[in-house]
Amino acid sequence: MNSSAAPMVRLSHLDQLWFQVAGTLCNLTCHHCFISCSPKNDSFGYLPFDTVRRCLAESVALGVKEYYFTGGEPFLHREMTPILVETLRFGPATVLTNGTIFKDEWLDALASAETESLYSLEFRVSIDGFSPETNDPIRGAGTFERAMRGVQQLVRHGFLPIITAARTWPDEQEPEVVTKFSEALRAIGCDRPRLKILPALRIGAEERRTRGYDESERVDLEMMEGYDASQLICEHSRIVTDRGVWVCPILVESPDARLGEKLTDALVPYPIKHGACFTCYQYGAICANPSSGGGG
Amino acid sequence: MTTRIACFGGIYSNYLGLAAALRDARRRGVDAIYCLGDLGAFGPHPDRVFPLLADHGVECLQGNYDDSVGNGLDDCQCGYTDPRDNHFARISYEYTLNNTSNENRRRLRTLPKQIRMELGPLRVCLCHGSPRKVNEFLWESTTPTHFLDHLLDDVSADVVLATHTGIRWQRELKSGRRFVNVGVLGRPENDGRTNVWYTLIEHSPAAGLTVEFVPIEYDFGRLAREMKAEGLPPEFQQTIESGWWTTCLEILPSKERRRGKY
Repeated sequence: MNSSAAPMVRLSHLDQLWFQVAGTLCNLTCHHCFISCSPKNDSFGYLPFDTVRRCLAESVALGVKEYYFTGGEPFLHREMTPILVETLRFGPATVLTNGTIFKDEWLDALASAETESLYSLEFRVSIDGFSPETNDPIRGAGTFERAMRGVQQLVRHGFLPIITAARTWPDEQEPEVVTKFSEALRAIGCDRPRLKILPALRIGAEERRTRGYDESERVDLEMMEGYDASQLICEHSRIVTDRGVWVCPILVESPDARLGEKLTDALVPYPIKHGACFTCYQYGAICANPSSGGGG
Repeated sequence: MTTRIACFGGIYSNYLGLAAALRDARRRGVDAIYCLGDLGAFGPHPDRVFPLLADHGVECLQGNYDDSVGNGLDDCQCGYTDPRDNHFARISYEYTLNNTSNENRRRLRTLPKQIRMELGPLRVCLCHGSPRKVNEFLWESTTPTHFLDHLLDDVSADVVLATHTGIRWQRELKSGRRFVNVGVLGRPENDGRTNVWYTLIEHSPAAGLTVEFVPIEYDFGRLAREMKAEGLPPEFQQTIESGWWTTCLEILPSKERRRGKY
């Protein structure tokens, strides 16, 4: 890896503040997870509520636009509901979940908090196929049915979940996959299906499932000429973990992507030298909600 | 001194709505009229808005659609990822591009991306999406107050006026500063009503800054008939006739999406 040739990407503004709120702990062990999350992977732990509170307070002066929560499975965090309630006092919140462990009392509290807030609360539910046959080989036995029950719970509480699927099918099958996803969601009462397709990132567990990036799959200085750098997550995001602040939610298992102990230490440029940076460059704005617009 | 202005965005070729808004604004005696971009799209006969804008001396900004049509780009730069939204966006863009004259495309190319003006003592920044990005969506439910403070600080403005999302809103900030999304004339607001909106903004020493959103009724039935005659999708006509958005739904945050029908 020749980091001296990697383009440096400057943070233009901290638009998206991410929280690795459940660390690498997850109740599932998906074969395509780009950070190898599992019930036993505690290399990153739960983020204390106090850390979230401190960062939310800091985010005001930094002019942050959106707050995102990921893991692991965020709802394994005992204080996930109060964390989201608190965040909605500051701005819009999005939580990336596998949808399998919701409790109605949490969703009741969150629906009330969103109603009282100026801001939207978005649930992004990961489901990677439109049926047990297509989803479960990737996410585990029984996970399709469990996640779809979670979607129903969200709909019953008045939420409009965004189903997030990593592209594990050939490009030419995409129109059919999208149609079948919509049909499956409508069939369970989700009559306004929202779908976000993400490219697979060949790191973490996915590297073992398919293949990693080869050395030619890197962003170089020439590729950045005329390129809209705001398409890159690191141009407008940082992620807070229990072990410091990382450059983006994708690279938390790369030690060189740790930028500092505190948020204010981590607003420095970053050399985009990883294979995953190549996927981010190719597809652009892969982590943001569609309502952000314009990449950032 | 300019103290009272009319602002609108997103005409989207709705020349009938534009004519009605211009009549209303003139009747109210405004000092100036501004269009914050996206002259064409969605509706029929994109060339018909240009003489109206010229006759009324409307100062126009370049929206993302104007940049695309003016420069013959591949798409409208709305940034859709949903296949259905992309399908309709392509139809709208190809129709608008093919039916905008070369002369008007040249006009679109030369429009400024931002206008700075003074409204009484207030420094006003007029933009399309946001002061920093032409196609940034600033929705009410996804735009924190401290983020707006940052945007206004960044451009040293007391007031920022923007459009692009298609739904009007405003928020008062610290020290009497204001952000206003002035809404659009091109299609209704996804609320089941057929009217469209423009915005009056006024400053007086006594009242300070006042913002009034003005509903505009127009002959939407005629617009829908002309859209049909031009071969535009029935889904677009349905939006004009019902007041509910039927396309471009992907970009709505959940609060705004829930207020709609689809």
